[in-house]
Amino acid sequence: MLFWQILIDGFAISALYALGATGFTLIFGVSGVLNLSHGAIMVGAAVAAWAAAGEFGTGPYMGALIGILAGLVLAFATYFIAVRPIQRSRAIAESEKEIFILTATLLWGIIIQEAIAYLFTNNAKTVLPIVEGVTTVFGVRTPRNEYFTAVICWVAIGLLWFLVNRTRRGKSVMAASMNPRGVTLLGIELSSIYLTVWAIYGLLAGVAGILLGMFLGVSSYSVGPLTASAFSIVVLGGLGSVSGSLIAAYVVGYLETGTAYLISPAYRTIPALLLLVVVMYLRPQGLFGRR
Amino acid sequence: MPAFVSSRLFWIGALTVIVALVLPTYVSGYVLGLLTVAYYTAVFAMSWDLLFGFAGEVNFGPTFLIGVGAYTAGILDAHYSPGLSIWICIAAGALAAVVGGVILALPALRVSGPYFGLTTLVAVLMLQNFIVVAAGLTGGEIGLAVPDVISIDAKTNYWIALGFMLVSGAILFGLSRSAIGLILQASGQDKIQAGALGFNVTKHKLAAFVVSAFFSGLAGALMVFYMGTASVSTFVDVGVGVQIIIAAVLGGRRTVIGAAIGAIFLIGMGELLRPLGELATLIVSVIALLVILFFPDGFLGIIRGGAKA
Repeated sequence: MLFWQILIDGFAISALYALGATGFTLIFGVSGVLNLSHGAIMVGAAVAAWAAAGEFGTGPYMGALIGILAGLVLAFATYFIAVRPIQRSRAIAESEKEIFILTATLLWGIIIQEAIAYLFTNNAKTVLPIVEGVTTVFGVRTPRNEYFTAVICWVAIGLLWFLVNRTRRGKSVMAASMNPRGVTLLGIELSSIYLTVWAIYGLLAGVAGILLGMFLGVSSYSVGPLTASAFSIVVLGGLGSVSGSLIAAYVVGYLETGTAYLISPAYRTIPALLLLVVVMYLRPQGLFGRR
Repeated sequence: MPAFVSSRLFWIGALTVIVALVLPTYVSGYVLGLLTVAYYTAVFAMSWDLLFGFAGEVNFGPTFLIGVGAYTAGILDAHYSPGLSIWICIAAGALAAVVGGVILALPALRVSGPYFGLTTLVAVLMLQNFIVVAAGLTGGEIGLAVPDVISIDAKTNYWIALGFMLVSGAILFGLSRSAIGLILQASGQDKIQAGALGFNVTKHKLAAFVVSAFFSGLAGALMVFYMGTASVSTFVDVGVGVQIIIAAVLGGRRTVIGAAIGAIFLIGMGELLRPLGELATLIVSVIALLVILFFPDGFLGIIRGGAKA
């Protein structure tokens, strides 16, 4: 009973973590940017969906669409406001661009977070779920929305895999993550690849944010923890390795769920953090990272 | 030209110190209290700048060192007061922070860049979890009440904070301009080349961590006995660390003094904009983002730019 409970809950949470971290790792792999406004974009998308579906009465489907759109807009805004000006700046030394992008995206995340808090208050918001009701599998009563979340996450990840491995555009994105110079030599505009990647990222973060909003609810306080969890999953799996992030998401998701059910919810995040520390010491490039 | 720049900076600095010295005669206790916090925050930011600006270590966890110092001092006092003088507690806090600094330095010698950044972030999260879980010892999420304070007089507290900031600022600034600072800067930019020139990179980096940890912990411990409480949200939270990082980058990295200016500016602006409520943080963040995008060298860079023209 408890075993099935952990298995099912852990699966849904992990799928959500995986989707959230995939976009994050993709951006890093292709353009070397660690986007610390990640949590804010996810929450932004969820709040947009919540406001549209609940406050303005568009219904859950339209709300979700508006939320995804908000994720896309926020991702492009992040790129054009906090990332591209620094990448192109001549005043900042090349070796320092990394810390500048980190600081700028961090600030941009705070700006989004505060704007949300100002417009929609700090209260926790639960997005209207698309699928309602509960279902019993293996004697565990679970909201149907939890299965829905897991399915959508995996469909989105599957679509991403298809895009990257089977389409021309996706293949050039993949190539850029391996060798940006080589891609330019083949006559592909690098800046348009960046735009593609940020668009994919916006869609993924938007979907992940809305699902999170339906599943657990979001508030402007969840911004920091969301960024931190995506960051740690991505580093655990190996920066830039998408399959590594997927596995790491499941490791972290199950560790957290297992601890919460078997020991105490208060200790939820501790084993995952300990694992992270051990991995950093023994294998700094992450479980599946290449350096 | 450099002499002119430094002299101009020197005069601005001297003027600021004089203003800070005569201030208590003219302003209310409330403003002094605010400045006291700002001065301690300035020390946090300067310590961070030594580690990042010079040693090149992306440290997301300044609050790990601050928190260890603050909580060690606070817990000792809460359990052994009045048998133990608060100065011993403060010294113990600084010492504990140095131990924390060495622990934090160990991964830094193995991993770099974002990987080290994450390690420091994890260190903060672990400390935060520990404080919440060991609530019996640390006061948990509610916070730890400390029976003693340095003084209840706003002016005395102000003088102590100001003196502490000036002394630690002078030491950190002197260190950054000394041979050690140059070696740190070299090893931060190119570790292998600095090592090839015969400098012991490991030793210098470790020293930078120890010094940074010492001042962070000391400032944290002093601030506990100014506030009378230690809580996660004032000393350990990642948000506090973010403020410190923003302060240092805003003031101008690799200047030490810039970090102090940035910290005082951030706290002052936060207070000035308080009537706007939720918008205050938003506006401060927008200003900080604009400065970083358009004046990457921060406030000190703007002043220096003016000197060049």
